[in-house]
Amino acid sequence: MQAFTRHIHPGWLIIAPLMLMVIALYLGPILNILWLSVTDPEPGLSNYAKLAESDALIRIVWTTVRICIITTMFSVTLGYSIAYAMVHCHQRQKNYMLTLLLVSFWISILVRTFSWLMLLGRKGLVNGTLENIGLIAEPIAFMRNELGVLIGMVHYMIPYAVLPLLVSMQSLDTRVMDASRNLGASSTQTFWRIYLPLTLPGLVASTLLVFILSLGFYVTPAVLGGGKVLMVAEYISVQLLVTLKWGTAAMLAAIMLTGVLAMLWIMSRFMKLSTVFGGAAR
Amino acid sequence: MTSGLFSKFNRVGAWVLLLFLVTPALIAIPVSLTPKRFLSMPKGELSLRHFQKLFTSEEWLSSFFQSGVIAVSTSLLATFLGTLCAIGLWRVSSKYSELMRAFLLLPLIIPQIISAMAFYRLWIPLGLLDSYAGLILAHTILAAPMVLITVSASLATFDPKLEQASKNLGASNWTTMRLVILPSIKPGVFAGALFAFILSWDEIVVTLFISKYTVYTLPRRMWNGIRENTDPTVAAAAVVLIAITLIAFVIFSIMSRRNDKSEAP
Repeated sequence: MQAFTRHIHPGWLIIAPLMLMVIALYLGPILNILWLSVTDPEPGLSNYAKLAESDALIRIVWTTVRICIITTMFSVTLGYSIAYAMVHCHQRQKNYMLTLLLVSFWISILVRTFSWLMLLGRKGLVNGTLENIGLIAEPIAFMRNELGVLIGMVHYMIPYAVLPLLVSMQSLDTRVMDASRNLGASSTQTFWRIYLPLTLPGLVASTLLVFILSLGFYVTPAVLGGGKVLMVAEYISVQLLVTLKWGTAAMLAAIMLTGVLAMLWIMSRFMKLSTVFGGAAR
Repeated sequence: MTSGLFSKFNRVGAWVLLLFLVTPALIAIPVSLTPKRFLSMPKGELSLRHFQKLFTSEEWLSSFFQSGVIAVSTSLLATFLGTLCAIGLWRVSSKYSELMRAFLLLPLIIPQIISAMAFYRLWIPLGLLDSYAGLILAHTILAAPMVLITVSASLATFDPKLEQASKNLGASNWTTMRLVILPSIKPGVFAGALFAFILSWDEIVVTLFISKYTVYTLPRRMWNGIRENTDPTVAAAAVVLIAITLIAFVIFSIMSRRNDKSEAP
């Protein structure tokens, strides 16, 4: 026991319960899924070959990537604007803004999806209002297409985009901007050449975080896409729960996982991961 | 920076965006008050019949109860394991413990659909599908990273000298933990417990995979209602959920404000 404690810090004893649980009940089956992607239904790379052969599969992957990129662009741009306004106003106003942001962050995803369903449907509130004031004659199709999925996803992702940006903007030394102004730069120049580059780490972290979260998003695309917009997550669930085919689903999961881990690694170069999530938890 | 025209314009834009984030959810309130039998906006007349149905329907009540049991158990288990682990990582604080911390945060960031696959895969042979134990274990693994984050944040401001002082005065490891460390990280532990509760209470993707008939949580029932898209009881349930969120938020704000005050010099 003495020799044992000399080599291993006693702190590990209280780390162990959670560690063992995550390894056995989480890491284990994930590795099993990666293994399945090259062994089910037969050993080899046949599952990965499907990615090159099947047009349907390519379309699903492409739809997912495209929607995620558009969602990320909108969420991060709008999030930047919110974070910028929050950092540059009085404490009191900032607190109100933070409250709104966190309340939206906390409202259940199901409640929000349900609300969009009520708002965006053919007879929904948005179409109804537009028709009543005579702006449109025919209802606009907001749902069962990519537009609806994008609205729902951007709405969900904005708070996630804001939080890392806020952390990054708050830690800036404002004297640098003052110096730039004193040296004769206009406020536009100061923003583009000093402020934006200095917030780049936050911008990268926020972009990758939103992109990662969008990749595996299930609820909103499934409901607002109404079966017309098939993304990877929904495809996986159909494969497992309806057609019971693990091979293809495992292959898609393996690719998604590799992508996510690669992005996390890049993200960790720019920002301490716990700060990103720590911001999210507050 | 001086507040130029751009800044002012941007601030207005930010307020519009923030309202855009919060207001859509409020549409559940009028829809839940419709007197009709199908999902619609009420015209003139209001009725509470869908709330009455929500609180008398055996199905909805059992879902509330089941979600409550699962979320409370998850919160307790995740808080216990997460707090111990956070203290352990803080005590060790080496290269390996930082790696371990990154590893333990993974369930929070790995796409939920992959987590759902993983639990589904393992729960079949373990016979945990469609059981309380299965859901609580899965939710605990997803929620523990939350606790790890909040408790670690509290520990970062804890003065390690206090721990040494306690040990020098003859306290055992256990006494030090109970009487010195735990009281000073209490805010982090409570925040972690609350986040773990909300995560479990709201969880749908993993739940869809690993529950079927016996365990039918509130998100699961709402999911069904949303897919069927006819019964206004869903709207009433949504209003109740919004109310619960707001209450939890107020409790959380009051708690963190109190902590800020007691921590301020």
